[in-house]
Amino acid sequence: MDYELIMRTSLEAPFGVDAVIYALAAIGINLQFGYTGLLNFGQVGFMAVGAYSVGISVNYYHWPWWVGVGLGLALSVVLALLLGIPTLRLRADYLAIVTIASGEIIRLIMRAAVLADFSGGSAGLPGNYRDPFFALSPFDRGAEYGFWIDWSGENFWVMIVGWSLVAIFSFGMFQLMRSPWGRILKAIREDEDAVRSLGKNVYWYKMQSLIIGGLIGCFAGFAFAYGKGSVQPDNYSTSVTFFAYAALILGGTARIWGPIVGSMIFWFIITFSDQMLRGLVAEDLISSDLLSGTQIGVVRFIIVGLGLMLLVIFRPQGIFGDKKELALDAH
Amino acid sequence: MPINSDIRAVRGLPGVAPTPGVAKPNPILAIEGVVRHFGGITAVDVEHLEIQSNAITALIGPNGAGKTTLFNLLTGFDQPDAGRWTFDDQPIHGMPAYRVARLGMVRTFQLTKALSKLSVLDNMKLGAKNQSGERFFEALAPWRWKSGDRSIETRADGLLERFNLGHMRDELAGTMSGGQRKLLEMARALMSEPRLIMLDEPMAGVNPALTQSLLGHIKALADDGLTVVFVEHDMDVVRDISDWVVVMSEGRLIAEGPHDSIGRNQTVIDAYLGTRHGDSSTSGVTE
Repeated sequence: MDYELIMRTSLEAPFGVDAVIYALAAIGINLQFGYTGLLNFGQVGFMAVGAYSVGISVNYYHWPWWVGVGLGLALSVVLALLLGIPTLRLRADYLAIVTIASGEIIRLIMRAAVLADFSGGSAGLPGNYRDPFFALSPFDRGAEYGFWIDWSGENFWVMIVGWSLVAIFSFGMFQLMRSPWGRILKAIREDEDAVRSLGKNVYWYKMQSLIIGGLIGCFAGFAFAYGKGSVQPDNYSTSVTFFAYAALILGGTARIWGPIVGSMIFWFIITFSDQMLRGLVAEDLISSDLLSGTQIGVVRFIIVGLGLMLLVIFRPQGIFGDKKELALDAH
Repeated sequence: MPINSDIRAVRGLPGVAPTPGVAKPNPILAIEGVVRHFGGITAVDVEHLEIQSNAITALIGPNGAGKTTLFNLLTGFDQPDAGRWTFDDQPIHGMPAYRVARLGMVRTFQLTKALSKLSVLDNMKLGAKNQSGERFFEALAPWRWKSGDRSIETRADGLLERFNLGHMRDELAGTMSGGQRKLLEMARALMSEPRLIMLDEPMAGVNPALTQSLLGHIKALADDGLTVVFVEHDMDVVRDISDWVVVMSEGRLIAEGPHDSIGRNQTVIDAYLGTRHGDSSTSGVTE
């Protein structure tokens, strides 16, 4: 078994494009769920809006790439308003129901056969939309970059832009969460009525949280579109949202570093278990009757699930969480 | 905190007849025809009630009398089926709760709502009004709100000291005792500089020693010029601090007046103890 290759591949993952995408998605969820207590189960919907906006505006309308980015952000605000206006006055569960449905609605519309010319239908959009973005890159798209771990020029550019965005958003979140604005969000998470009784417009603050978290989710969609070769509708299924939640909970909710480190660990575990299992099967240390190549893809998620269970039992606050805060939940 | 009994004696409402719905010389809150049904039950049906400004008014009544429902309606936490009311001559019925609070009519809750995972100091600072850092773009620029936040902090520290919570300042509010939470909630409400504070059972679950200090605080609030309305079941507390007592039963206003007139009121005694036909021996149950 080539342990060096396994380690190299596994250490590539926590810095790679997938980790960027999920870190961004989880930062948005952290604002909504971690700090405000809003159950947005449709983060993938915002990602799909972002990805399809850049894809369609370049591939179909032949607009400049930044128009697609602007369109994605504008549509994300519209989506957040659509989701928030009817549900944010109600109990938290209603937002959860509506958002989980909205993500699916967007995916199913985009993959509809009648829209095949526009959104690519079930085959998705080919990667032509990426060209203007990579034209800005100082790296050669095909060349390999890095030391010991190598990335293609494409991925390297997406990673640099993506991690920069992660840094900017995390710094913004850090500023917000020590401000009076952040104090109101955290108070809403604890008890809306108390906040209302102190003269704060709770509805509007929940709306702001939903919109800003959705905008960050939209950036995750941009990273998804530019980081992968194409925009595929079935890449935007509900499981993406739940993986982002898993990453967030691994790292610790309501912590600035939680979504970032959580996403990195999530992708390390996924890749490492995948590589190890494949190695073990190849060496016949695990019989191929017991575990086939296609099954490995599923087993790695079982391992992540197991890891999450252990985490909930032994460190329920997540890696960066505060045990003292969790103890107060007993009330 | 010592209370000047001379000031208190002056603040009673001499010359106001102890009849339900009576007009007061200087009402801060005037209520007209407020009705709230829950299914077939009429929870609140108050024809007319005025709350005197700068006085301590106790709202009493048996369980289920509609006291908390009336609180919820007046502060915008519930919507009535009918009725209108004014705060400081401004109509505020139908106004959302947060706007009522901004006008200076702030309430506390029967089940205390301390924000457990926020520090005691953050709980306090949340109460302050008109913070520039509460707007998103200003929040991103700490230099815009830092100085305002510091002055809020100074005010919060002052109130915490006054409520004997100074030592808890940096603890999470969830670590406090029930009584301390009551104090914190009251102090937090004061951070918004209200003109009328409505306390829903401020003494419930508070140990007797702390009750005395809470009573002192409430009296001090009135001495500072605030109007206080509070719901309470403990008649000793009511007698001790209230200038005026309003009695509700089954959603209706059945009596109001100074506490000594209430103790003798047959309607009130009946409401609390039930009526027995042909039995006039109600002596010894007046308090």
